[in-house]
Amino acid sequence: MNQIPTEQLKIVIVGHVDHGKSTFVGRLFHDTGSLPEGKLEQLQRIAERRGVPFEWANLMDALQSERDQNITIDTAQIWFSTKKRQYVIIDAPGHKEFLKNMVTGAANAEAALLLIDANEGVQEQSRRHGYLLNLLGIKQIAVLVNKMDLKGYSQETYQEIEAEYRKFLKSVGVEPMQFIPIAAKHGDNIAEKSANMPWWDGPTVIEMLDRFQVGAAPSHQSLRMPIQDVYRFDERRILAGRVESGAIKVGDRLVFAPSGKTSTVKTIERWNSPSKDSASAGESIGITLSEQIFVERGAIAALESDPPFELTRFKARVFWLGRAPFKKGKSYRLKLTTQEVECEIEQIDRVIDSSTLETLSRKDEKEIFVGRNEVAELTIRTKRPVAFDIHSEIVATGRFVIVDGLEVSGGGIVAFDRYPKRSADGSHRSDNLYWSHGKVTAEHRARRNGHPARIIWLTGLSGAGKSTIATELERELFNMGKQAYVLDGDNIRHGLCSDLAFTAQDRKENIRRVGELAKLFVDAGIICITAFISPYRADRDLVREMAPDGQFMEVFVNAPLEVCEQRDVKGLYAKARAQEVKEFTGISAPYEAPEKPELELRTDQLTIAESVAKILEFLHLQDEETEISI
Amino acid sequence: MDYLSKLEQQSIYIMREAFNKFENMAMLWSIGKDSTVLLWLARKAFFGHVPFPLVHVDTTYKIPSMIEYRDRLCAEWKLELVVGKNEEVLKSGITFPNGKATRVECCGTLKKDGLKAVLEKHNFTGVIVGVRRDEEPTRAKERYFSPRDKNMEWNVEDQPPELWDQFKTDFEKGTHIRIHPLLHWTELNVWEYIERENIPIIPLYFANADGMRYRSLGCAPCTGAIKSNAKNVREIIEELRHTKTPERAGRAQDKESEDAFEKLRRDGYM
Repeated sequence: MNQIPTEQLKIVIVGHVDHGKSTFVGRLFHDTGSLPEGKLEQLQRIAERRGVPFEWANLMDALQSERDQNITIDTAQIWFSTKKRQYVIIDAPGHKEFLKNMVTGAANAEAALLLIDANEGVQEQSRRHGYLLNLLGIKQIAVLVNKMDLKGYSQETYQEIEAEYRKFLKSVGVEPMQFIPIAAKHGDNIAEKSANMPWWDGPTVIEMLDRFQVGAAPSHQSLRMPIQDVYRFDERRILAGRVESGAIKVGDRLVFAPSGKTSTVKTIERWNSPSKDSASAGESIGITLSEQIFVERGAIAALESDPPFELTRFKARVFWLGRAPFKKGKSYRLKLTTQEVECEIEQIDRVIDSSTLETLSRKDEKEIFVGRNEVAELTIRTKRPVAFDIHSEIVATGRFVIVDGLEVSGGGIVAFDRYPKRSADGSHRSDNLYWSHGKVTAEHRARRNGHPARIIWLTGLSGAGKSTIATELERELFNMGKQAYVLDGDNIRHGLCSDLAFTAQDRKENIRRVGELAKLFVDAGIICITAFISPYRADRDLVREMAPDGQFMEVFVNAPLEVCEQRDVKGLYAKARAQEVKEFTGISAPYEAPEKPELELRTDQLTIAESVAKILEFLHLQDEETEISI
Repeated sequence: MDYLSKLEQQSIYIMREAFNKFENMAMLWSIGKDSTVLLWLARKAFFGHVPFPLVHVDTTYKIPSMIEYRDRLCAEWKLELVVGKNEEVLKSGITFPNGKATRVECCGTLKKDGLKAVLEKHNFTGVIVGVRRDEEPTRAKERYFSPRDKNMEWNVEDQPPELWDQFKTDFEKGTHIRIHPLLHWTELNVWEYIERENIPIIPLYFANADGMRYRSLGCAPCTGAIKSNAKNVREIIEELRHTKTPERAGRAQDKESEDAFEKLRRDGYM
């Protein structure tokens, strides 16, 4: 009985159209005894009957599809074995038109054989495929210089092609493991050393294949486990996902990027498998947590001490396959592991013709876009922070696809840059964003101003006294020599948020913008007082999350609805009761009171002065050194 | 990680992606070895549960013991089963066994149209199917997530790119996506996995006293047994390691014309 090959390796065959890929695969199958019974004889008979010479390529087409020529445009997979292991052969189309199929085939491979016709030499797709293999992350590449018979098996021709192509590959960062001269049609250097090329002392193709390594899962890198889903089929709440890199074990302290929430691994869940308290790269598992936190699909679990980047901007190299070009000013969807986020191009550095490596120049600056089958270096900006790694460090979390409408239209890898990282203790949330830091720090400003920056967030019903307290507090702080500024709901809605209505969604966006604005004030060292109804707990929590730790102070300005309605300074309650004003908080829209505000002010029981005093007391501002120069 | 575990873990990942992306999803269960392995993998993916219904397209010409086996597993594993039948055609009697249709026409109405009717009735937008690339040439071109248009047709000339486990999960209303978690397995892998996991498989695959067994299961009139002495999973594995005969050699509808199976698949057959 044969030794059973237990290993499986996926290899993709690429190269320019007509450089002999199908012929090569046909011959490979024959020479390794992998053809179905009678197939070769059958095709030889057909050729004889038709009076045409037998072609090895017919064999490949016959294995793929019996008749339809059109169908050979797509990538197909077939299996064969050597003594060492089983191979999955991915036959990628060589025509430029079918690049997306070539990419589909190659992206799934662990190694590649790139064919070049000795007669034609290095061609457009030889270069483009070489470039793309690198972008797709395929490191194991062997180049087969085919049709050596047409060049009289000339060592000189072979060496010329090798030198030219090696130079090209080197310029795109590819180091092929081996070049081999072959004549696929005659089986030269496929399974047997060629008698026609006695000068060749390198390996045959089969020997080369067996030298490729089966990719080991990256279990020694940093832990990255993107959450696919959260299941509650029974009493357990299981976070399901695949460990993409590193290892995870019970007791590990995890951080979930980009939310920054932390918890501890309680159990590792599998079904009908030996129970084990750990899992490593490549395993699709489930975990339960000791402390219940809100985690959903898209979060990436990492060790708390070793998180990924969490930014809204990164540099990338992309290839574009979509019918419509990839261009600035248009919104796309980015899919990176299980995260999905809206994104757009912030800046295109250069668009490259991958077959010549030339930078493409468009006539007009405004005409800059990435066209079909082109590659580019650019900066992508996302609407929300996205967790990622640099591709050269961790592959799975360093690559992404771009969805245009309903279609996956491009892919890319995160390029190296000096991205700022979240600090290990999880503080200084603003550091999570890509931010151009000046030389003056928050600490400098605090020392100059004599007080730290704050967001004092007043929330409560209309008429509860938010604006009155805010303006009085601002005056008091000013008189104390502090930098203070009020953001008032009505004022903001006249300008920054004049495009928003009062639906739950628009209220959320209103608060988000105010939160961003307040954050900038804090960054400028100012005590920012905000006076917004801000009725939804989640929206206020969002601002709390945005603000640097400890600098957000939620003040619940609390007066009973009846009191507010009685006050009705702006006459709005009357209008709301008359249904002239829609979605009015407290009447026709909900108000979610804070659960744990830093401070609660019962304004039906306190005077304005008392309320302001309570806030000042809580702020506990001391006079600090203000003489500072940097 | 050994190669069977690699295949298994990839399939689990795909099933979980599908379950997250499709609110109304079902899995085809033909009772054969592949879709039974799929069923097993679903239980692995969802920690012992199968959180979506199984669809069995019943042509009424299935080998009787297949139905008994189906109902037994349904009860044991607490499965939700939806049975689809093309009642109209069955009533009219225009089928191959009645001599009133070709094999391919019969497959088209009883299986393909039968499936279409179930999908429409239950509004399933994602359907998990146990096809494999090594089964036959058109399936070698398949994607893990493969769109079908409003008429269930497969546009093999223009398939979506599929890379880095990012799949086609966005689709127009009225169309649906076929999900193929076993695409990268071979027939041999399937049997090796059945052996490793000790999955209960319908005994029709094992050789009977006359030295015949089924290698691929379908309707009784169109499915031929092959000569074999493989009486258990182990012996089947040994047999497959040495055979050079294609898996679907016993399936008569594939051979009615040169491109019969390809046509069936483009039109929406599994």
